[in-house]
Amino acid sequence: MPVIRRKNAPETETPEASDAEDDKKSKLPERKSKDKKWSCIDTCCWLVGCICVLWWFLLFSYNAMPASFPQFVTEAITGPLPDPPGVKVLKEGLKVKHPVVFVPGIVTGGLELWEGEECTEGLFRKRLWGGTFGEVYKRPLCWMYHMSLDNETGLDPPGVRVRPVTGLVAADYFAAGYFVWAVLINNLARLGYEEKNMYMASYDWRLSFQNTEVRDQTLSRIKSNIELMVATSGGKKAVIIPHSMGVLYFLHFMKWVETPAPVGGGGGPNWCAKHLKAVMNIGGPFLGVPKSVPGLFSAEVRDIAVARALAPGILDKDLFRLQMMLQHVMKLTRTWDSTMSMIPKGGDTIWGGLDWSPEEGYYPGKRNQNNETQTPDQSEEANHANYGRMISFGQEAANIAVAELKRIDFRDAVKGKNVANSSCSDVWTEYQEIGYSGINAVAEYKVYTADEIVELLQFVAPKMMARGSAHFSYGIADNLDDPKYDHHKYWSNPLETKLPNAPEMEIFTMYGVGIPTERAYVYGLTHSAECHIPFQIDCSADCAESCLAGGVYTVDGDETVPTLSAGYMCAKGWRGKTRFNPSGIKTYVREYDHAPPATLLEGRGTQSGAHVDIMGNFALIEDILRVAAGATGEELGGDQIYSDILKWSDKINLRL
Amino acid sequence: MMNGSKIKGKFCSAMVSLASFVRFLRLCFMEHVKFSSLLRCKSFGNSEKKQVVQAPDSDRKDDHDEVLSSDEKVTEKVRKRSMNKRRQQTKGWKCIDNCCWLIGCMCSASWFLLILAYIVPVSLPALQGPEIPGARLKREGLVANHPVVLVPGIITGGLELWEGKPCAEPLFRKRLWGGWGSGFTDIFRRPMCWMEHLSLDYETGLDPPGIRVRPVPGLVAADYFAPGYFVWAILIENLAQLGYEDRNMYMAAYDWRLSFQNTEVRDRSLSRLKCQIEILYATNGDKKVVVLPHSMGAVYFLHFLKWVEAPAPVGGGGGPGWCAKYIKAVMNIGPTFLGVPKAFSTILSAEGKDISLIRTMASGLLESELLGLQTIEHVMRVSRTWDSIVSLLPKGGETLWGNLDWSPEEGLECSSEKKRHLQAESRENNTKISEEMSPSQVKHPKRYGRVISFGVEASEVLSSQLPTISKEFMHASISTDSNTSHGEFWTEYDEMSHESFEKIAENKVYTTTDLVDLLRYVAPKMMQRAEAHYSHGLAENLEDPKYNHHKYWSNPLETRLPDAPDMETYCLYGVGIPTERSYVYKMSPSDRRKGIPFRIDSSADGGDDCLKSGVYFVDGDETVPVLSGGYMCAKGWKGKTRFNPSGSATYVREYRHKPPASVFEGRGLESSGHVDIMGNVALIEDILRVAAGATGPELGGDKIHSDLLRMSDRVNVPL
Repeated sequence: MPVIRRKNAPETETPEASDAEDDKKSKLPERKSKDKKWSCIDTCCWLVGCICVLWWFLLFSYNAMPASFPQFVTEAITGPLPDPPGVKVLKEGLKVKHPVVFVPGIVTGGLELWEGEECTEGLFRKRLWGGTFGEVYKRPLCWMYHMSLDNETGLDPPGVRVRPVTGLVAADYFAAGYFVWAVLINNLARLGYEEKNMYMASYDWRLSFQNTEVRDQTLSRIKSNIELMVATSGGKKAVIIPHSMGVLYFLHFMKWVETPAPVGGGGGPNWCAKHLKAVMNIGGPFLGVPKSVPGLFSAEVRDIAVARALAPGILDKDLFRLQMMLQHVMKLTRTWDSTMSMIPKGGDTIWGGLDWSPEEGYYPGKRNQNNETQTPDQSEEANHANYGRMISFGQEAANIAVAELKRIDFRDAVKGKNVANSSCSDVWTEYQEIGYSGINAVAEYKVYTADEIVELLQFVAPKMMARGSAHFSYGIADNLDDPKYDHHKYWSNPLETKLPNAPEMEIFTMYGVGIPTERAYVYGLTHSAECHIPFQIDCSADCAESCLAGGVYTVDGDETVPTLSAGYMCAKGWRGKTRFNPSGIKTYVREYDHAPPATLLEGRGTQSGAHVDIMGNFALIEDILRVAAGATGEELGGDQIYSDILKWSDKINLRL
Repeated sequence: MMNGSKIKGKFCSAMVSLASFVRFLRLCFMEHVKFSSLLRCKSFGNSEKKQVVQAPDSDRKDDHDEVLSSDEKVTEKVRKRSMNKRRQQTKGWKCIDNCCWLIGCMCSASWFLLILAYIVPVSLPALQGPEIPGARLKREGLVANHPVVLVPGIITGGLELWEGKPCAEPLFRKRLWGGWGSGFTDIFRRPMCWMEHLSLDYETGLDPPGIRVRPVPGLVAADYFAPGYFVWAILIENLAQLGYEDRNMYMAAYDWRLSFQNTEVRDRSLSRLKCQIEILYATNGDKKVVVLPHSMGAVYFLHFLKWVEAPAPVGGGGGPGWCAKYIKAVMNIGPTFLGVPKAFSTILSAEGKDISLIRTMASGLLESELLGLQTIEHVMRVSRTWDSIVSLLPKGGETLWGNLDWSPEEGLECSSEKKRHLQAESRENNTKISEEMSPSQVKHPKRYGRVISFGVEASEVLSSQLPTISKEFMHASISTDSNTSHGEFWTEYDEMSHESFEKIAENKVYTTTDLVDLLRYVAPKMMQRAEAHYSHGLAENLEDPKYNHHKYWSNPLETRLPDAPDMETYCLYGVGIPTERSYVYKMSPSDRRKGIPFRIDSSADGGDDCLKSGVYFVDGDETVPVLSGGYMCAKGWKGKTRFNPSGSATYVREYRHKPPASVFEGRGLESSGHVDIMGNVALIEDILRVAAGATGPELGGDKIHSDLLRMSDRVNVPL
């Protein structure tokens, strides 16, 4: 009987009591010996097992989930999504018409390994750039070595062949989930586009433009592929869509293709007229990007400067070897000729001198605050930003009047060898050859305008600039008929070339506005050891009213390219029949006002105006689809301008 | 609105299925728990018993000993009870715990191993294979010279989705075929959807409306068919050693499901190939290209050679000198010039050696409708929409492939393994091998000419003993069986009556020519569609203007090689593997009438290598018989013939099969299987040498291991 009672009794007990008892019991030594069997390791294993099971379950339910589920959830939260532009335009009855060519920009194209040193075992035909970047972490120095080019020639180092990935996969996604061209391709596909009428003109974006032809025959391949697509689409001309640096690359291509054979493509003077319907430049840095200057000068951009401002101690010390990393980055990027293609062009005439700049008076967010009443004082105050002084040493130098500015010329300064040279020799930057005197001379000059920046770079990095100046030029042509302008180094500078003779062709420039974009910098000297890069952005320089934050002056733009650079040529330089555009090619400026994504679910937003995110902007995609399906610029609605580009363009005194 | 509710409905159904799965899981889990608790009970049995013995003991003590207060007694009891309960609880818990623990252990172990695998230096000396031929030849001083064009064969090229039905929405630009990306594994998730997208239109042989599946471009199209299963990758790696890269190497990917001319009509594949060859030629200093077609790619490139010189509306308009100007050599790897007999069995009953083998091993598996699979019917339905399969049917009819009484291969060993032995002996004796020496001929010659026979007997008896049924029935109109309901699996078999099947079986034996007629009979629409693009005959007079039609371009027996005397043609293929040549068929069991009426009689076994589970074998590379791969280079095009009026040089290079010695070798460095040969060191070396500028004689001219020459001599084609 008691046995039965015992069996039944626990069920009648309240759980609390038993729990309390459990606690007591667990303290008993007898229990303890049993618990020992479940030692720490077992518990760990148990935990891992639980997590694994949960993970598998989630994975399974994720896989079993119907494909439309995420969309369903999004719609439930934010309301019905607008049709993607491809669907919208398809409903209007538009169909595939003109073949489309994509020209990716710098950084976004994938690069793969074809031949390497022993440390790259197993990486044959794997991506070194783009994709997962797994190798950067696994063997950083090996990776760095293979990504660099030769210091002298700007081509492959001996024994290394890194080549661009071909096909649409080259730049559809930069890394998993981070689209570049994928959204656009997706929408074009809805109209009926596929491989036969879409072509990704991938090229090695590290090389100078002419070298892509010398080494890989990339320009010839682009030419042949455009010819092929035009021929197989029944004579319909191609629509070219370059992005970012691809804009300059294609500018180079258009000159190259019409130039006779040994240097050029030998397509004859009417090649562009025969094969191109429209060039739709997205976020084109026609006149260069100020961002490229600190990139070359001190291997940093705003992001790093901001990080330094947030945690001043950490980054200055060598805790994370950041300085080392920066030096490596600088060493790497300085071997890439292409970075020099984006040094601001046109000098003081375009970018402003010591006391003026086209954008002066710009107040951030002014456009958005139009309705609010503004005191004139405020806008007066904003005028003080001297954007023309692209690099100033010290905040003071950036602000004081020209008369008070004292400058000591750096050009004749003696370069001294650094004493501690040997300890830094593993990293090659040309700063070791300047020496203290050179560095001080640079800082003494205080203020650099666009013209002087080219000279500055020539002073601090003579070898790099010597290599670069064989391929790029940053001036303004006085007389475009001068035979010297037949040299290929002028072809990517819109201020030193004429557009091809193709009156029916259309040129669009499409870019985002409404995001603060780097325009000028306040620099300081580094105080720490001599192995470091001697200059860095002075992130303490901050001014609440003007556009100065963390040592960087910002203007309107798409986060990378200032509006002036992207828009000036189409708004003014090429408008109508000018000396840069002798055949009067029609140009259109299409600006897209930036609107950040409303919710997290939208990802990178469908109305973004940022430099790369704009490729997912529905309005931009719709414009492209319409042109690809046959529309002209007029039918799109001509210019669409939100910024002050027209006002700024008028301030620039360039003979047209 | 409609859309929303539909999605909701879908979601609900998915949830229901999910819930049912969870229930199922729980069931399994509970069962497991019970099971393991049972196990545990045994081990804990002893202590349990002790307790049970102890318990009444203590109770009795309580009764006798009144010292303990009742309160204490209660607590004592409670304590004991709770202890007991606790024990039970831990027992219950421990089963789940143990599961978790086990899984945790396994996970941790696998992670540990994974980390180890990452940490271990990439090049463990123990795992390092022998030096790849490319590196060796590079040291010899060979460098990239002629640009290279790779032409993949059937099946091996990747296909990706560009437009599809809603069920394939997330697969946009993912591979449906090839690679183990999310597309290919989707077969298991939604097989019907996948199959629908891979099929072509039965009438036109082009895309079905609303679906666009396109070939993957670039080298990735066919470097690996699935991860780890190389096709071109090894060759590409070796070429890269010499300095090849995207600039001077091009993969001519095309949609291998389409007929060759349709790849041009739909995708402009031929135009692109022409353009690419011209670019390669121009950008590499006017060096002619070396073309490497594999398998069906050889026939495709043959088509291209004719197409490119034909005038514009149908052809490429390259003019008569195009090939001479741009092409240095065509190195066909495992070419299917004269077709493969496998194609018959694929079209007739969607099976090959592999499937009939599976059927012998697990006879119930494929037939069982238990799972509702009917895999073979599905395969047949999809593959019959692909025109390209028809390009693989044996060409040249009975002249090449033998008739009821003779065949070129008869009396020869079905794999060159044994013959090598014989040859060695005979060389020692300094005597010629005479046909009498071959032991199998003494027994009974295999009548390979009877490509399909119903029953083993029919494949062996003399032709005079065969029943003489007029083959007229095949030309008569089909007696449609109106009673047959059009099932889910629409193949043209459904439209035929049972009587016609029996008639087909009664005819007993079919030669190649008969079989083409038979196919026209059982699948009239497919053959009508495909025969607009392919021809399988033997030309009497090549001057006949009808041979300008594009359907003859891929048949080497009905076209002439281009006028390019300096162009070299190579036939590189493996020998030494039994290869399907003819089949023994039987009727399917009548209860499966709705499906495929015929199947390979896998019980037919000859006891020797030559007949196994209903298939007669000859020498070859597992897919292509020697005759098909080598005849044209060894005889048909050798010297100045009517098929090769300019007398361009041809070379036969055979590679004897040697299976991989150890597991580490993977698929073998000297393997000669149809696809595995792409990793064959000797073949790669030959290709690299030619790409670097060598000519055929420098390679050593012909290299023949098989009985190809004797077979070719028996074939009586006017040259």
